[in-house]
Amino acid sequence: MPADSTGTADTPLTTSTGRKIRREEMVLNMGPQHPSTHGVLRLELVVDGEIVVDVIPHIGYLHRCFEKHSEAMTNYQQVIPYCDRLDYLASMNMDWAYALAGEKLLGIEVPERVEYIRVIMAELQRIASHLLALGTYGLDVGAFTPFLFMFRDREKILDLFEMTCGARLLYNYIWIGGLSHDIPPDFVTKTKEFCRYFRPNIKEFNDLLTFNEIFIKRTANIGILPADVAVSYACSGPMLRGSGVKFDLRKDDPYGIYDKFEWDVPVGTGEVGTVGDCWDRYMVRMREMEQSLNIIEQAIDRIPEGDVKSAVPRRIRPAAGDVYVRSESPRGEIGFYLVSDGTGSPYRLKARSPAFVNLSVCPEICRGYMIADIVAIVGSVDIVLGEVDR
Amino acid sequence: MTFDEITKRLRDAFGDAVVEAKSEGVPEPFLKVAPGKIHEIAALLNDDTVLRFDFLMCLSGVDNGKETLGVVYHLYSMEHRHRLALKTDLPAADPKLSTVSDIWPTANWHEREAWDMYGIVFENHPDLRRILLPEDYPGHPLRKDFKVPEFYNGMKVPY
Repeated sequence: MPADSTGTADTPLTTSTGRKIRREEMVLNMGPQHPSTHGVLRLELVVDGEIVVDVIPHIGYLHRCFEKHSEAMTNYQQVIPYCDRLDYLASMNMDWAYALAGEKLLGIEVPERVEYIRVIMAELQRIASHLLALGTYGLDVGAFTPFLFMFRDREKILDLFEMTCGARLLYNYIWIGGLSHDIPPDFVTKTKEFCRYFRPNIKEFNDLLTFNEIFIKRTANIGILPADVAVSYACSGPMLRGSGVKFDLRKDDPYGIYDKFEWDVPVGTGEVGTVGDCWDRYMVRMREMEQSLNIIEQAIDRIPEGDVKSAVPRRIRPAAGDVYVRSESPRGEIGFYLVSDGTGSPYRLKARSPAFVNLSVCPEICRGYMIADIVAIVGSVDIVLGEVDR
Repeated sequence: MTFDEITKRLRDAFGDAVVEAKSEGVPEPFLKVAPGKIHEIAALLNDDTVLRFDFLMCLSGVDNGKETLGVVYHLYSMEHRHRLALKTDLPAADPKLSTVSDIWPTANWHEREAWDMYGIVFENHPDLRRILLPEDYPGHPLRKDFKVPEFYNGMKVPY
């Protein structure tokens, strides 16, 4: 290393042959086609050597005019397939969030059987989504094997969904006022089987990845997000909880029937580094899977009998008005601002997507780290570009 | 705090700038304020220890029709666990209001989106660029009077 390598940006660098070279900041383009950006995200990195001085995210490559499309629909229910495609890794949660907004606008209550099935579906979806997030996160920082293990288990959840509604990713299952159809007869036994099978695997993931020395070196003390910054940027989900803020909409602004179950909200504690680092965000997701299993196991035995379609309105024509309804998706707070003008289609629908908001804090937590750490930081935010770009 | 208490507190501080408070006959109560005062009102909502709206859940642009655009702020308090919908109306011909991104940094991207989709100008915004659409896109597509251009950069728009 040259003797003056620690000098300021103004002092020239001398090579081994005595040649003087200037030092200055450089702009480096990362993405839109980059395996670690989890889709088409472009990051403009301003770097000083290997140190990242600033990050400017560029989004919109996957913009599909969701909000414009919704206004052109002839029926409120027709929006649901588009909601599926917002966060294509957590379609159940997206559908449910939109259904909640529609139900609040109409002022309808759904049967208890529907509530139970929705909770089970949403929690299964949360596990599936977290499995993908954690698996690809391992991949981002160089651990290939856990990815295979986690995808293996995610497939089992997708099988349950396929059995229920015929689709593996985009379900169109949760409708305003109910569900598209009832669960199949052996769904309950299959789900219980899955819970029994899956619980020991979480320990296996922990042995394989979580407490792996190299993994900890790559993620602990990296991308630290302090709690006050997280709140001012309206971060939500594991991003907020990783920073030690115990806030989960399922507990703190309950919707559905979440208040009927016993479970905990895991938060980041800085176990191997600092509170709010990448490892904490990762660990919150890992622990949330356990809690989701707890909820499913309590709910699966208590599903009451009933009709899942009895409250589905034949014609949806809410009175003029607007609501903002939020719920907890695997990535955080998914909110729908739904405006009705008294006709049969939404007048305005804005999706407040958690990944969009969580990504906006990225420049704050990337500054000062190495380029390779950016991969770890962006991975720990767990973005899905489908809902960032809508 | 209940909606009525929040309304009273804002009315005491800003008087006529609180144009309308509606809690009856709507799915969700809301306050409508004058656009010129939005920055002062936002600062009070955030700083006041009793109100302490520190979490801006959502900021949406809306085309109200009748030549007006709107901006809606959905606020939440992590400390007091209360929420508020705050609305303001702007003339569609010259939609301008102050940014709140210095108060709630999360508003930065939401305001860029409202500019992108509705052409609402947020004054003093640090970086008011289009966010979802290409930089050279003509017009603001979520306005109700927007017509899809026949050609974009010399390419025929298929439908």
